[in-house]
This record gives sequence, structure tokens and C-alpha cells, in this order.
Amino acid sequence: MAEKKTTGGEKVIQCLEREGVDVIYGYSGGAAMPIFDALIDSKIKLVLVRHEQGATHMADGYARATGKPGVVLVTSGPGATNTVTGLLTALMDSVPMIVLCGQTITPMLGKDAFQEADVTGITYPVVKHSYLVKNAADIPRVMKEAWYIATTGRPGPVLIDLPKDITQGPCDAPFVDTVDLPGYHIPGRADPEGLKKAAAYLSKAKKPVLYVGHGAVISNAGRAIMQLAEKLGAPIVNTLLGKGACAEDSPNHLGMLGMHGTAYANKAVAYCDLIIAIGARWDDRITGKLSEFCTDAIKLHIDIDPAEFNKIVRPHVSLCGDARLVVEDLIPLVTKADTTEWWKEITAWRKQYPLKYPKKGGLRAQHVLDRLDKLGGRECIVTTDVGQHQMWAAQFCLTTKNRHWISSGGAGTMGFGFPSAIGAAMATGKPTWCVVGDGGFQMTLCELATAALQKVPVKILVINNRYLGMIRQWQELFFDNRKSGCDLEGNPDFIKLAEAYGVKAKRIKRSADVDKVMKWAMAYNDGPVLVEAEVVQEDNVFPMIPAGAAVKDMIVEKPKYRMEKPTGST
Amino acid sequence: MTIAIAAPPLHTISLLVRNKPGVLVRTALVFSRRGYNIESLVVSPVAADQHHGPSGETFSRMTITCSGDPVTLEQIIKQLEKLIDVVTAIDHTGQAVIESEITLAKCRAALQDRTAILQIAENFKAKVVDYGADSVILRCAGESEKIDAFLTLLKPWIIELVRSGKVLMARGLADT
Repeated sequence: MAEKKTTGGEKVIQCLEREGVDVIYGYSGGAAMPIFDALIDSKIKLVLVRHEQGATHMADGYARATGKPGVVLVTSGPGATNTVTGLLTALMDSVPMIVLCGQTITPMLGKDAFQEADVTGITYPVVKHSYLVKNAADIPRVMKEAWYIATTGRPGPVLIDLPKDITQGPCDAPFVDTVDLPGYHIPGRADPEGLKKAAAYLSKAKKPVLYVGHGAVISNAGRAIMQLAEKLGAPIVNTLLGKGACAEDSPNHLGMLGMHGTAYANKAVAYCDLIIAIGARWDDRITGKLSEFCTDAIKLHIDIDPAEFNKIVRPHVSLCGDARLVVEDLIPLVTKADTTEWWKEITAWRKQYPLKYPKKGGLRAQHVLDRLDKLGGRECIVTTDVGQHQMWAAQFCLTTKNRHWISSGGAGTMGFGFPSAIGAAMATGKPTWCVVGDGGFQMTLCELATAALQKVPVKILVINNRYLGMIRQWQELFFDNRKSGCDLEGNPDFIKLAEAYGVKAKRIKRSADVDKVMKWAMAYNDGPVLVEAEVVQEDNVFPMIPAGAAVKDMIVEKPKYRMEKPTGST
Repeated sequence: MTIAIAAPPLHTISLLVRNKPGVLVRTALVFSRRGYNIESLVVSPVAADQHHGPSGETFSRMTITCSGDPVTLEQIIKQLEKLIDVVTAIDHTGQAVIESEITLAKCRAALQDRTAILQIAENFKAKVVDYGADSVILRCAGESEKIDAFLTLLKPWIIELVRSGKVLMARGLADT
């Protein structure tokens, strides 16, 4: 009897098994069938999603919650193009991901075959790297390289295009354990000269600020950063994606900075004499008008990607390396200056500009999120979709553990919140709240089926204001309240919708009901639940620094005067 | 009175890249994404660089001439080095390098013009590679400024023109 040869598809799956992959999020199709067939005999679990975009966001949530790459398997043509948004989302936020795509047979490449698309061509700008495998013997090397590239340095998504004849035919190439990538270098520790210069600046600063971003989360730098902050007597602020690196309930933590950050975090940044970016990239949501951003402060930048230095801001010292290692190396080199006066100023700002929301006039999203935080939210993972609810969740849900906050920052992808929660919950087993708006939820709610089948402990909080709230806010403030394309008429009854998928659901209509329903949702962990909060229809996120404006233009409530249209990006 | 605005300076970047499909596209995308202009681009295979071991890997050298201010250029180099398939990217502008490019110029060469055309060719050490009844093709090699001057003089007669793009190499033992 002829010995059964390993097929290319089986080899692909075996390579993933060797990397410790335990789950693949996928959607089948003709071109990927040999790989789907190989999955049957594998211990890797296949989660069949309901849309390829959902698969990418689930893999993304999985990766953000654990640091391990999420793996996606889709078919050719439209299946692969449906992953483009997810690839962009992962690339912009430096998330490790492997996306395997079926492809037409090699003789038909470029000949407009059925369900064929130039996937590598379409995705060049949205991947860290990509491969088109034209020879089965390349499979072990490509899989090893892809994993290495996705997970090291600045993580990112890697796409592998696998033609059907390659995955169906034999592959007897041996597994590889090393990679040879002459063009790829991984920074580790920063150079000693740079460290000395940076330490000198830090030791002289009387009003320093530690500005913490996603790099600190990825490298688990929280403890080191807290030690540095302690030693320097410095406050900590974080970006949207930096939430959780350092516990936000520490006394020296000022919350999120930026467009919708706390007023006191933004004031601290505006009036500091030194700002050090730790795994952050001076995003436009943070800097606003560059010509007025931290003009008199010393700027230091710690980043693993040297291309980020001098891209937006010219720092006085750039330290290239892993955030945790660089901060650990800095701690023994710095000495404390006297920051008592600085803290007096900061404490005064905290008193003068607390985060607040109206307690009367109907149910507020801020109230629901505040109660989520107080009723056990900090023990859960929290994911969000994109919009006003995302900003309120960032403000009111304090993140105290690393990798407990998952939100699409760089790309701002609506529809991200729910599937990413599924991935995070599956990866960790932890109860996971996903805070979504009625707009974003409708983009990927078909994954209710996936969530119900997998019995994930995901608690979907739909902040329903029947609007695309952030758009409506901008139109109210900058476009003379001319509403265009923001009214979500025709929303379904979300409770009935959830129940149609077999998911228990409850509605909150009044402030008095919030605690009762939230506690009910917190207690149920045998599967997903949905809580719909019918909040006031028109409400605004404050503070706000309009795009392209400076901190001095920050508003903490709607101004009486007419505002100019913002000049910054989006 | 017109005020001459200096054209943004031209820079020449030499890259050593892995000879993988798609490396040219990825490189070009770095430029197009940020709206930087590529003036010329030359790419061809080289022998495996002695710095990178005998793994059977093949490499290519890419020479790109682009325009941009120094800040822009710094970002271009960094974005190019970020590509997995790019081994090194070095800006050689203003450094000790040997530069060369080739041009083929097809000229309308009626009998009364032929002498003038051939004299220009002789002075620029250009070679006649096609000698026809009504036209000649001249091939000239050298630094870009020399080629520019050569073509300016030939302008009245040129029917067709193609330039190879600039290649360069560092002098002495310095790495290109």
C-alpha cells in the first residue's frame, strides 16, 4: 500500500502546530479546501466565523490579549479581500497576526480565474510582510519566517497566499527551526551613550511627564515604568492604546491624554519641561497642532521602530530598543529632581477639571460605563468599538492590568469591538466586556452566532443613541449642527436580535436600572449576553481638543461661540 | 522678472535588496505612499555580498534617484530599511562616489547636419551605434551632468531618446 504523502496543506497546519497555535479563525472556500481538510486531523481548533472581517478581528483580539499571534484562514478572491480592513487594523496598532489565504492554482495566476485576486498586490500597504508560495518546498521556511516576522521587533500582520495546487500537492520538505533574514534586525537594548544623555535630561527635569503607549503594553514595561515614575517623582499619562501598561488607579496616574483625554493630563503635557514617549509614536490624536506641541519641553523617545524617530517630532534623544529593557536600563542612571511644585500644579488642575457628566436628563453612557468600572470591570477584559462610547469607555473604565484593554486606535475600525472580544475571551477564558455603539455593532453582529456556539463569556454592552455619535458631535460643533449621514434610523430591536441568535439580553432604559442589569450580566459566564443601554440621543464627549488645534484650544463643555472647522487630519 | 525657485535637491540612494518577487513594488510603494518623486530607478542582480553568508540567497542592487529635502530623505531611507527584503539603504548624495548613466539618442541626420552631430558625439566621446541614411543613433556614457549637456546640444535633432538611469558605486573600499 502506497504511503500517504504529506500535502502542502497538511504541512502548513503542522508548522502552525509546532508554533503552538491552538485556534484558527476562518471561513471556508474552494481555494482553501486542502487546508481546511488538513485541519480535521489537527488538534488546532477551527472557529468558523460568519464574515472574514470577523475572523481578522477575533485573531486580533486574541493577539492583543495574549501577545501570541492570532491566525486567520480564508479563501481566495473576495474571502481574502474581506481581510484587508482587519490587516490595516492590526498593522496600525502593531498586532501580531498570520493570515493564510487560499489562492487559485499557479498556472492560472493573473488570468482572471474564478475567485482569483492579486492578494499580495492588494495588501502590500497593509501588511508587515507577505508571501506568495509558488513551490511547496518553500512552505516550512515561509511559515517559520512569517511567524518570526509577525512576532518580533514591532509586531505586525503577515499574509501568506497559498495556491490550491501547492496545498493539495505533496510537500516533503523538512521543518526548519532557524530563519535567515539579512534585511531584518531586531533592536534590543538602547545604546549606552543615548541612555546617559537621556538620563542626564531626566535627572534635571522639574516637571517631567511619562507618556506611555502601546509599546509599553507589548513589552510588558509597566512595572519598570512605575519604578521610573516613582524615582523621578513624575506623573504618568497614557494613550488610548497604552491603557493598562501601568495601573490607571495609581495615585501618580493622570489618565489618557490627547483629543479626548482628561484635561489635567493634557495640561501636564502642555506645561511640562520634559516629556518621554515610552512605546508611543506622537500620533496626531495626541499632539494636535505640532507647532504648538510641547515647544519648550525636552522630548525623549523610546521606540523599537527606528522609522518613528523624527517622523512627527524631533526628540532630543532617541533610544531604539524594547521599551521594558530601555526603561530598566534608565532607572539606575537617573536621580530625582524636586517635583513638589509640579505636583501642586497638577493637583490643582485635577480639582479644577475633573471628568464629569450630567447626572440628570436621562440615561448617560458615561454613567453606565462608570458603573461597569465600579462593579468589577477592572477584573474583566474590556474591548470597544469606535466612536463616542469608545472615548467614554477610555475615560471612565480604568484599566489596571496589562492587556485588559483592547481598542482599535490607529485605524479606528468600526465593527472591531465585538469580534475582538470573542477572540480575547477565547484566548484567556476571562469575562470580557465589549462596549459597542449601535453603529459599529451592526457591522459585525453576525458573529453573535460564533459567540453563542463557542459559549464565550462575552458581555456585549450596546450604547444605543440611534446616531453615529461622534459624527453628530462634530457636525454640531463645527458644521452648524447640519446633520449628514449620522442618523441611524431603522436600528433593529437589539434584544430581539440577540435572542434570535440564542443570546440572553436585557435593556436598560433608566439610570435606576443600571446596577441591576450590569450585575446580572457580570454574574452570567456560561456564554455571551447582551445589554442594551438606551442613552440620551445627543451628548458630547469632553474634554475635546479639535483636530489640528493646541491644548490651549481644549474645550471642557460646548462653547457659546461658533467654532471654526478643524484643520487637522480627520 | 521671474524668480528662479531652486528645484528640490536630487539624492541618489543605493539599496542592496533580496532578489524576491515583489521587492521592486514594495520599494516603489514607499515613495508613492508619501508622494515622493522617483526620478530614476535601476535594478539588476549582483553576486552574493560577502557580508551575507553563502545561503544560496541572491541579491540585487537598486539605485534610485529621487528629489526631496533632507528631512524627507531621512524618512525615505528609514522606511526603505524597514522593508524586510531591503538589506541596506544608503544615501550617497555629496559623497565620494563614481556615477554613471547611459543614453541612446536617435537623431535626424540629414547630410548637411551630419557633421555637426558627429562633432558633438566626438567631443562627448559618444559612439555611433546606428548609422542610417536619414538618422543616426548615438550612445553616450558618463555622469548625469555630462549626459544633460550632451543632450542639450543635440536637442535640435533628437527624434527619440532613452536614458538608463543613474548607477553609482562608492570609491575605494567604502560600502556602496
